[in-house]
Amino acid sequence: MIGVGKIKQYSNVLDKPVSKGKQEVSLMDNIAELERRLEDAGYTVGARVLELLCHREKGNRRETRLLGILSFVHSTVWKVLFGKVADSLEKGTEHEDEYMISERELLVNRFISIPKDMGTFNCGAFVAGIVRGVLDSAGFPAVVTAHFVPIEGLLRPRTTILIKFAEEVLRREARLG
Amino acid sequence: MAAVYSLYIINKSGGLIFYKDYGSAGRMDTNDSLRLASLWHSMHAISQQLSPVAGCTGIELLEADTFDLHCFQSLTGTKFFVVCQPGTQHMEILLKHIYELYTDYVLKNPFYEMEMPIRCELFDINLAQAVQKDRVVLLGR
Repeated sequence: MIGVGKIKQYSNVLDKPVSKGKQEVSLMDNIAELERRLEDAGYTVGARVLELLCHREKGNRRETRLLGILSFVHSTVWKVLFGKVADSLEKGTEHEDEYMISERELLVNRFISIPKDMGTFNCGAFVAGIVRGVLDSAGFPAVVTAHFVPIEGLLRPRTTILIKFAEEVLRREARLG
Repeated sequence: MAAVYSLYIINKSGGLIFYKDYGSAGRMDTNDSLRLASLWHSMHAISQQLSPVAGCTGIELLEADTFDLHCFQSLTGTKFFVVCQPGTQHMEILLKHIYELYTDYVLKNPFYEMEMPIRCELFDINLAQAVQKDRVVLLGR
């Protein structure tokens, strides 16, 4: 008969060959990967949103100044995506190139409870990706991340989108005066 | 004195996915609560068969000397039941509210696996608020 195998019987259990064991998949890698993919998904949304809003809202005017594009993101983009302007726009105190958009509760995070073993993973990475997409396509390359900021007296931490502009943006801004 | 003693949520196959204890009287350990949940699931199913009326949807209220048990079954087969003081009013409304919280903070959570035990922080927070509000309303009367 074809395909009939005989299982080898080991007299001593210690003689059995050791199995390879389950592959160890690091949770850290998975979280970083997940965050990166969420951000990439947001990036494509951001690029398209910029095109649409420039045509619809601003009459095809192009933003060239830093504060201009930031307030555009803070008000117009937020209004269109989430139905309200962002809670606050702040300039970072430590570094010249850092700006923060804060929101008491991001719409995307409203119903999501992060499991304890996922650490500091924030689904706001999707929104960070959108902001990055808008800024990149407008000619202001930046690194954008989402962070939870615990606030005194509030049960849930606030979410902050941290925008760190690239060197060339600051140089261009300085040149423009 | 707590009006609500405990809350159980069981999935469609009878497994306990959420258990919360509010009164000190009925406190039990994990195994007992699991056993009770599957017991209730079977009784609920049997009652549907035993009913002389066609189209029965199972036990909704169990009244005993020392407690009342109100049960709500969703269209998907998930059962929510509370053990409370005898004669407590408006438990059905509370159960419907808890069902709403379940759909909002558990089912809309991408990290939640269906039919698994509920470990959602937001659900716990909002549930505590709902029961607390309920307690205040009941004791305030």
